[in-house]
Amino acid sequence: MLIYATLAVPLAAGATAALVPWRRWVGWMTTLANAAVLALGIALCADTANRRPLGALAGGLRADALSSFMVVVIGTIALLAAGQAVRYLGTEIERGHSSARHASLYAVLVQIFVTCMLGAVLAANLGVMWVAVEATTIATTFLVGHRRTNGALEASWKYVVICSIGIALAFFGTVLVYYAALHVGAHPGAGHGAGVLDWTSLIVVSRHLDPGVMRLAMALLVLGYGTKVGLAPMHSWLPDAHSQAPAPVSALMSGVLLTVAFYALLRFKAIADGALGPGYTRTLLVVVGLGSLLLAASLLVTQKDYKRMLAYHSIEHMGLIALGAAAGSTLAIAAVLLHILGHGLAKAVLFLASGEILLVEGTSEIAKVPALLSRRPVLGGIFGFGLVALLGLPPFSLFVSELNMIRAEIAVGLGWVAAISLVCMAVIFATVTAHGRHLLLGDAAQSAPVAATPRIVTVPLITGLVACAFFGVVAWPLQSLLHAAAHVVAG
Amino acid sequence: MSGPGYVEVLDLATGAVLVCAVLTLWRRDLRAIVSVLALQGLALGVVAGVLASHDHDAGLAITAGLVLVAKGLVIPWLLRQVVRRDPGSRETTPLVNVPASLVAAAVLVVIAYLASAKVTTLFPSAGSRLAPIGVATVLVGFFLLATRRKAVSQIVGLLLVDNGVALVGFLLTAGVPLVVELGASLDVLLVVVVLRVLTTTMRARFGAIDLDQLRELHD
Repeated sequence: MLIYATLAVPLAAGATAALVPWRRWVGWMTTLANAAVLALGIALCADTANRRPLGALAGGLRADALSSFMVVVIGTIALLAAGQAVRYLGTEIERGHSSARHASLYAVLVQIFVTCMLGAVLAANLGVMWVAVEATTIATTFLVGHRRTNGALEASWKYVVICSIGIALAFFGTVLVYYAALHVGAHPGAGHGAGVLDWTSLIVVSRHLDPGVMRLAMALLVLGYGTKVGLAPMHSWLPDAHSQAPAPVSALMSGVLLTVAFYALLRFKAIADGALGPGYTRTLLVVVGLGSLLLAASLLVTQKDYKRMLAYHSIEHMGLIALGAAAGSTLAIAAVLLHILGHGLAKAVLFLASGEILLVEGTSEIAKVPALLSRRPVLGGIFGFGLVALLGLPPFSLFVSELNMIRAEIAVGLGWVAAISLVCMAVIFATVTAHGRHLLLGDAAQSAPVAATPRIVTVPLITGLVACAFFGVVAWPLQSLLHAAAHVVAG
Repeated sequence: MSGPGYVEVLDLATGAVLVCAVLTLWRRDLRAIVSVLALQGLALGVVAGVLASHDHDAGLAITAGLVLVAKGLVIPWLLRQVVRRDPGSRETTPLVNVPASLVAAAVLVVIAYLASAKVTTLFPSAGSRLAPIGVATVLVGFFLLATRRKAVSQIVGLLLVDNGVALVGFLLTAGVPLVVELGASLDVLLVVVVLRVLTTTMRARFGAIDLDQLRELHD
């Protein structure tokens, strides 16, 4: 029941937005629907944290602690983004950049996008999960291009071509896993039973899957889903798409779509670890994780655009998550999941704040927006604290999760990996602080008036930051859930 | 279908998929490339159909019909409309010229056979023996995508990769479960529709569907 409702509520909101012409209340209705997703996610967590998975649709849908946790992350970010979308669309229409028809299209596509992500984390069958992840690309293409500038057009072209290629490789990997599973013999005459690709049945037979096929499959899956995660070497769409998309869409894509794709990798990693032992996937994840960190560290230095800066920051955090998953212990996966939530919150707040800055300042160049803190104290403060959270400073939860990931990496003998990632993080810290210092402090024109920021922006964003800090200080509300969720894939 | 005839038809249809992939590298006329893609879609449908009739597999038979309609007719039709509005459009300046591309294709086929040796020996059959051809189609698709500058060529490259993966799926596993196949086909169809809309916008904006027009975003 809960599972059906989780999928039906956002979809129903999308259908309503499609049927009635755009009004502000339509935007608030989608916000309410996403709040309901968050509530349903929490209910799912309460039901599944004691490690009893829920099923629905004749076994087609399945929610265990990990899926439920991801539903909560999706619901949280979708709620934050939907609230800001009302302001974004309202302002765009006011200024004549957008029409009511476009606003409706936006609302519908976002709701389809959210439903696809929920479908991906609730699908029992890994093939169906793939279909849902690919569908997110389709739903978001026009959202990336929503501003209808040449840059947005270029970004959406790159986005759909590169991600489709990546996801085709992931499909190749899925087909190979299916091939390996068909020849285990544990499913005599199973032939085309869709059940063969169910994650639970794959886990059961994982020890008997052919290692040669699984090696090739896992390499393709890491490369393929890694494209959607934004991991090097298939990251090149990410800075363009995340910087060109409207801020609420960037928040959703950066805050949660990347990690939904990573969720797919976690599921496959559990199967591959059964077939190959933890060493093989660990090597793959270390390579792409370190590659992403080094790439982010070297390219962040030259960034002149604050939205692109945030996008490269996403590549860094996905690299960190990949390294945490490479460690693979229950502690590591629990830290990865906390990082997924913390990064989602902090990145969503920052992208939404950057959208507000773009809206009022009219440019996304760092050099042209100095001394935000003195001219727009609240907005500048939100952006500043967001950066502090993202750089992994206490009290925010990213500090705790990064610390635990590094501890877990050292515990499994990946100390050298932890050392390299710390160096990269230090470089990124220095460059982002320099960019942030100009953006927030800088040299303001003397007579710049102090401008207020509307409450519709400040209240949700501050709430997001407070939540991020709260989970950094007191972990108890999440602890048992994180442990249960990590236990699902960390054997 | 069974007996020696089955293997020959399977070999022929699978070979046709690869030949079509290589032909897309050879031809410069975008209309011809789209026609070759349609031919490849039909060959892919025949592969699925032959396997379905050999195994008496109803699910795969439905898939075969789906592939014939989607990849042999609908997708080429969608692309042909884009090309038709741009008469005489040719891939004039590929990053790698045609003779070199054909040599590269030959190398890619060898690589495909080497890379998939392990996979095909797991469970030898008339189908899995041919799986390297699917891998080769994927690699040729990548090559097309990396070296061609027209929007339509890139879409074709994407579809070659997709057809190659589908071919491997048919040959190794007699097709993924029907529910996944349906979803995957729908996704591919929608991706083509999305790319078509973007191409149309691009033409309205720049008067060409040359990806060299897209160079605003870089680091």
